Amino acid sequence: MAYTEEELKKELETKEYEYGFVTDIESDTFPIGLNEGIVEAISKKKEEPQWMTDWRLKAFKAWKEMKEPKWANVKYSKPDFQKISYYSAPKGKDKYNSLDEVDPELLKTFEKLGISINEQKKLAGVAVDIVMDSVSVATTFKETLSKKGILFCSISEAIKDHPDLVKKYIGSVVPQKDNFYATLNSAVFSDGSFCYIPKGVRCPMELSTYFRINQAGTGQFERTLVIADKDSYVSYLEGCTAPSRDENQLHAAVVELVALDGAEIKYSTVQNWFPGNKNGKGGVFNFVTKRGICHTNSKISWTQVETGSAITWKYPSCILKGDNSIGEFYSIAVTNNYQQADTGTKMIHLGKNTKSTIISKGISAGKSQNSYRGLVQINSRAENARNFSQCDSLLMGNKCGAHTFPYIEAKNKTAIVEHEASTSKIGEDQIFYCNQRGIDTEKAIALIVNGFSKEVLNNLPMEFAVEAQKLLEISLEGSVG
Amino acid sequence: MPLADKLVSSFLAFELDINFQSPVHNIRTNAIKNFEKLGFPSKKLEDWKYTSLNKVLKEDYTLFSKKKNVLDFKNVKDFFLDNTESYKIVFVDGFYDPFLSQTSHDGIDICIMSAALTKSKYSSIIKKYFNTSIGKNESFSQLNTAFSKEGAYVHIPKNIILEKPIEIIHFATGNESALMLQPRNLIVIEESSQAEIIESHQSLTENPIFTNSVTEIFVAKNAHLDYYKLQNDRLSSSLIDNTYISQKRDSNAKIHTFSFGGKLTRNNLNYFQKGSYINSTMKGVTIIDDNQLVDHHTLVDHTRPNCESHQDYKGIFSGNSTGVFNGKIIVDKIAQKTNAFQQNNNILLNDKSTINSKPQLEIFADDVKCSHGCTIGQLDQDALFYLRARGIPKKEAEALLTYAFANNVLESVNIPGLKSRIKKIIANKLNVKLGFDL
Repeated sequence: MAYTEEELKKELETKEYEYGFVTDIESDTFPIGLNEGIVEAISKKKEEPQWMTDWRLKAFKAWKEMKEPKWANVKYSKPDFQKISYYSAPKGKDKYNSLDEVDPELLKTFEKLGISINEQKKLAGVAVDIVMDSVSVATTFKETLSKKGILFCSISEAIKDHPDLVKKYIGSVVPQKDNFYATLNSAVFSDGSFCYIPKGVRCPMELSTYFRINQAGTGQFERTLVIADKDSYVSYLEGCTAPSRDENQLHAAVVELVALDGAEIKYSTVQNWFPGNKNGKGGVFNFVTKRGICHTNSKISWTQVETGSAITWKYPSCILKGDNSIGEFYSIAVTNNYQQADTGTKMIHLGKNTKSTIISKGISAGKSQNSYRGLVQINSRAENARNFSQCDSLLMGNKCGAHTFPYIEAKNKTAIVEHEASTSKIGEDQIFYCNQRGIDTEKAIALIVNGFSKEVLNNLPMEFAVEAQKLLEISLEGSVG
Repeated sequence: MPLADKLVSSFLAFELDINFQSPVHNIRTNAIKNFEKLGFPSKKLEDWKYTSLNKVLKEDYTLFSKKKNVLDFKNVKDFFLDNTESYKIVFVDGFYDPFLSQTSHDGIDICIMSAALTKSKYSSIIKKYFNTSIGKNESFSQLNTAFSKEGAYVHIPKNIILEKPIEIIHFATGNESALMLQPRNLIVIEESSQAEIIESHQSLTENPIFTNSVTEIFVAKNAHLDYYKLQNDRLSSSLIDNTYISQKRDSNAKIHTFSFGGKLTRNNLNYFQKGSYINSTMKGVTIIDDNQLVDHHTLVDHTRPNCESHQDYKGIFSGNSTGVFNGKIIVDKIAQKTNAFQQNNNILLNDKSTINSKPQLEIFADDVKCSHGCTIGQLDQDALFYLRARGIPKKEAEALLTYAFANNVLESVNIPGLKSRIKKIIANKLNVKLGFDL
């Protein structure tokens, strides 16, 4: 039977979220609400030094004065910040010496998610740091990495073990008072990943963090800090899922990347938080601040595949501070049912000969809204800056929306900036062309969607590309081959 | 007293002066209330993010010029089209000038708003169209509505093709040390008619002039309108130009905006498509330098299927100038088969000049073709070398390339007299003696 776009649409609407299970493990959860006491308690729980506690309190003080941003093209009832528990951790031993000691329930969870920690250790050669609810539960391959001098651990360990590095770089890219959610995160972040690549080292494997919200009524606030010292290279992966729940859960993360002279950071995200059910109930509010700073001759490349979350509000950005630095942004955002995404990037050109590339692909289906919002800013000192932006949207059905809000600001006459955007649907003539050549409609749609996203998928590391493809399949099953 | 307060407090006196019983009395009263609530926009508003009005608003403007000034045609002849027969509606310091004007009531109405607002024979048209397309939150348009008294009134009934273009010129003589003008125009083109209109604002002295103009245009079924805005005022003048165009099915409306002069120019151009098979075109050339600022805000609201819109804005910025482009295309759910294109190309000639561009798309229908493109770049060095290698001096070579860059907007100007005038202005602006007639 011929597979039509109508059927694809129907299938999209009814497709269930695969990662919606809840793991039944005891956890240690703070009472709901937010005040100075909670902030201090989180800090104490993590056995943090005084400077960190002060840093958190300072952020909390600033946050109380701030108002939620309203400019994004998304609609939602605002979360009640006093009804969220700001700390939740799977109960158990404080520290695992080997994977055998990890709660088998927990390991099962990861197997269900498709990341068997043991297997991955043997086969894939990916070092994984897993953050469940608020706490990092396992880090693999630590030893192999430490031989090279690479530090890869949870951020709370880093605060204890490498305070100098953390003190120097935390908040240096995303200042404490950057925005409402970043400030909130600065006050209450519970864990996250920390990574430092020493001078001249090329990290031999992909580093990976897996985030999962498990406990009900909690918010997840993790903080990631990646520092690539001079002439080093690292490829970093991040994945996320959450159980299906009727209420909205809040995820407000901060990711800071520092690429020192000549360094290169590749940061890839596959975001698959629970998007809410097909009536738009529940789902994760994903309000994330991600930013990287590029020093001379360095490069930061963001790749993201956004398929989950009820609401996504996320702008991975690059500050191209050093001369000859390069920023890249590749994104696929898929929205379905009642999902809303307002995502894009900022490229701030400060140094000479800086280059940036933005490729953004939006696919909207169901009753979803998908927005691209980006800023390209060429400052007056940025001689010979170059930018190329392309944002394409694909619409399926007339109940969804695609929006583009690019901001382009140039203050230097040598700047060359190009921006182009298009919106289209899968053309009948495109399908007809394929049909004519013996490709049935289902395969044709697959071919077209795949071709549409190819530029971005190609930029994912091998291991992740497989997962990303799988995710696209979940979100748009039947259309991606 | 801040300008906003001064305006609000002089409203009563203004209404006393004219006819209280006027049918638009209620509209005016509501508008001033709205303006009082809104005040002048600040940079905090997204729509005014890149354009600061502080400098313009701090002058102590006279709101209504006291006396009528008479201009001699000899002295202002240059501001009219050469060798072109035309209807003329001319205002001097906000007053209608019957000597310079050439109006008509011969089957068509090409006359003035003050007559249209007061005479009963126009009341049905005023009731049907006046102030029907303006949003409540647009403070400048609300302000203009409150003080709407004078401006151009054009009504072309069914099946008439105007043989001559209409020139609308607003002069300011500098009688007052600083003057604020608020012309209000209404243009109605009925079914299957055609018209060409040229609008300009011209100050004759260095005294600051602040013009807040509103033009409402209604283009009926199968009608055609070509509208040209020529903005080549002195550097002491600022202009806020609000234009609203409502189109019915099968109609075609083109607006060309040529911005060369003025200290601050803000163009709010709004298209509302209210039928199928409509074609809307907006094109613009901006060439500015010194401390000039030109801000183009366009909005196209596609509400019906099978319509098209085309936008093409070219900007060349030197000196300390700032250019802003904010284009917004909205495609409604039911507006399937829409073709909407938006292009904004800019050349920066100086490190102190700035361009802020924001081409937006908001699309709710799936079977559409929408695209936008935006570029910022420089004159092609190879092309420049090519010309100079053939003995063309640098300045002239640059001018030629600049002209070529703007040419595909100029090409669609249908009035020869206007085209040659714009060429002259461009040559003047680029400080070269070229005719560009290659």
